[in-house]
Amino acid sequence: MSATAEREIILKLEDVSKVYSGTVAVKRANFEVRKGAVNVLVGENGAGKSTLMKIIAGVERPTAGRILLEGEEVSFSSSGDAVNRGIGMVFQELNLFGNMSVAENIFATREITNRFGKIDRKEQERRAAEFLERLQAGIRPDMLVEDLRIGQQQLVEIAKAVSLDARILIMDEPTSALSAAEVEILFKVIADLKARGVAIVYISHRLEELIRIGDYITVLRDGRITGQEEMKNVDTQWIVRQMIGSDAKDFAKADGHLPGEEIFRAEDICLPRAIGGLAVDHVSLSLRAGEILGIYGLMGAGRSELFDCIMGRHGHSTGAIFIGGKKVKERDTTRRIRRGLALIPEDRQREGLVSILSVASNLTLASLSRFARLFHIRGADERQAVTQMVRELAIKVADPAQEVSSLSGGNQQKVVIGKALLTEPKVLLMDEPSRGIDVGAKADVFRTMRKLSRDGLGILFATSDLDEVMALSDRIAVMSNGKLTGMFDRAEATEAALVAASALGHGPVPHTESTAHD
Amino acid sequence: MTDIPAKAAAHSASSGSVLLTLMKLRTFIALIAVLIFFSIAAPNFLSTANLILMSKHVALNAFLAMGMTFVIITGGIDLSVGSIVGLCGMVAGYLVLNGIDLQIGYTIYFNVFEIALITLAVGILIGAVNGLLITRLNVAPFIATLGVLYVARGLALLSSDGRTFPNLVGKPELGTTGFGFLGAGRLLGLPVAIWILIVVALGAAYLAKYTPLGRHIFAVGGNERASRISGVRVNMVKMFVYMFSGFCAAIVGLIISSELMASHPATGESFELNAIAAAVLGGTSMSGGRGTIGGTIVGAFVIGILSDGLVMMGVSSFWQMVIKGLVIIVAVVVDQAQRRLQQRVTLMQMAKAG
Repeated sequence: MSATAEREIILKLEDVSKVYSGTVAVKRANFEVRKGAVNVLVGENGAGKSTLMKIIAGVERPTAGRILLEGEEVSFSSSGDAVNRGIGMVFQELNLFGNMSVAENIFATREITNRFGKIDRKEQERRAAEFLERLQAGIRPDMLVEDLRIGQQQLVEIAKAVSLDARILIMDEPTSALSAAEVEILFKVIADLKARGVAIVYISHRLEELIRIGDYITVLRDGRITGQEEMKNVDTQWIVRQMIGSDAKDFAKADGHLPGEEIFRAEDICLPRAIGGLAVDHVSLSLRAGEILGIYGLMGAGRSELFDCIMGRHGHSTGAIFIGGKKVKERDTTRRIRRGLALIPEDRQREGLVSILSVASNLTLASLSRFARLFHIRGADERQAVTQMVRELAIKVADPAQEVSSLSGGNQQKVVIGKALLTEPKVLLMDEPSRGIDVGAKADVFRTMRKLSRDGLGILFATSDLDEVMALSDRIAVMSNGKLTGMFDRAEATEAALVAASALGHGPVPHTESTAHD
Repeated sequence: MTDIPAKAAAHSASSGSVLLTLMKLRTFIALIAVLIFFSIAAPNFLSTANLILMSKHVALNAFLAMGMTFVIITGGIDLSVGSIVGLCGMVAGYLVLNGIDLQIGYTIYFNVFEIALITLAVGILIGAVNGLLITRLNVAPFIATLGVLYVARGLALLSSDGRTFPNLVGKPELGTTGFGFLGAGRLLGLPVAIWILIVVALGAAYLAKYTPLGRHIFAVGGNERASRISGVRVNMVKMFVYMFSGFCAAIVGLIISSELMASHPATGESFELNAIAAAVLGGTSMSGGRGTIGGTIVGAFVIGILSDGLVMMGVSSFWQMVIKGLVIIVAVVVDQAQRRLQQRVTLMQMAKAG
């Protein structure tokens, strides 16, 4: 790296804030992006990184503050506006059209046409092939996007952003679904872009990755920027300190109770993928009453799919599950819930809540039969259960008849948890229970998990947050590419060991230095 | 401590709330408006005879609209109800006239009560076919019920070669008399059809509000995936709503044949559209998850009174169609405006509260 000091600032955010109904996502942030450099942005889940990037990319408009592009104040009314000004973005959630070809996706909204306005498919595919060539992913431009692996889709998303010829390129967790080999290729592409003077904004959770390719680093915590430094001046400890702050995260301390008998066991769970291979690859694990078993893994590692199999959401999955030593023969979700399983899904909006129903109706949705005599719902019983759950989980709601969509993210998550608890489960599956909720709500959720485990529930929880899994789990399982690649007792687990295990599923690892940093 | 800000919020939000309440009651207000308008504009409109006649017309549409409401709340649509009306009428007429020939020299004749039960079973069965196509074979509700629309209509026409089954008085020696009771009979001064409507409507409203099944219907329409994960048997819920819709259509088929004492295979053509209109007018959201039985009944009354009143005023039937269409469009536009206003009022209250 040469002459990192004198790279000029191309984009500057001044006192930018963004408020959503209920929550403040970004508070008076000042952020600088430098040309020909990798500007790293780091922070915990829900710290406001993605929101900040969406503001730069014109997807969201700031509630307050100014954006200066090369010293000139700008305001983007759409992402198209930002693209015209040379700002491209690789989104965290894939924004691809599965029903269209790779080339059509890359040139979506700026199709290459001939004189008569007809799309020139040949030319599009030729140009797309050039970009794909650089990514060396073996993707043909005429392939349908839905037929690609999730990692390949992410590469298409990257190719699309690169093809914009952007001066500023934002990458929001671009490596979350990539294999180690694919990450290497991406880094080569980034180095190439940097050499051509492109300013890159790079968001990731993987500290070792950031330290390797970053030139400047900015740390966000709870919507505020807590540190901005040149990468060569900082180390992992500094980053972690800025991320977590002095008021270290409230993980609710373990109370030292001992787990009891085995309450749940999964044997040899397999789930075939639509495009071949296994999304869940011969996974077996066992859980004791009162135990919290964390499942660590990256996006696409198969954690959510494993939970889906356990809940009986995939008819074609194989393997067996046992509750309290007895085999669960029921294959559908309804009867598995009755046997004592409950899932808190990762995607609250799409799978957790019926957003147009009230808080009360959502809470009791999974357990209505408890409140019904014959076919009549006893209103008093239902209301009492709702009131009790609202109090127990400290759900902030004026009236349980309010629509659940009017609550903040953290309170919505508590409603999802309450719904699961009302079914009186023996085993609770929690998929990323702290995603997208504020610090206070997180602490509440963690405290609830502790309390439930004390009461004898078995909890399986999946997360891609290292701190979280280290702090909350009695044991830690690591998944990678559908396989269970590690099982650690809390005493013997180290962050390095978990990260290493989380890359094992992708076959031989070509580089090993990435884990050697700490 | 929290008392004071809460009161202040309630107070300042009240101007929005008044408008909101008015908009929520819009179908009811529309009903009163058409009643007042026609009682002035059309002579004899308020006579008892006319009111009873009108409510019989309305009842037919109200039955179909109730079935349709549950289907639409789950996020589906049932286009086949008009054809089920026709086919069920033919089934009833055929059984009254011909009984079932056992091919061994004997023919079974059923009494009217049994005929009614068989006809209802046929309606439920066709609803079950809709449900199976949608849940097991993953056919989109629009297409599945469109197909069944044609099949059922075709079967109705085939049953008589397109002819009408006339004169369904039955024969006393076969025990098939009394079919006219449903359409022409009265209890305590009200037509039997109205009594049946009251019973079915109360049952449906109870189901929607106080049973797990009712709650599940709304949940499936609001978010099918979340419902599935919460253990709701989504397929069973969908089967139920299409079967209930078929049941309602069978009732209508019975009542019409009974009123006319004849079954015509083309009966019920385009009834499905009136039923959808009534449900939408009553506040049922086509995107699923929202709707009430009460609202739908009021919606059916608005549409029914509007068309009967216009006939009494001598307005051309072509203009009637234009007016009906406009009313439906206005209803949906107001519905959208209400949603937006509601959101704003909620946000305001949230901001005030904390």
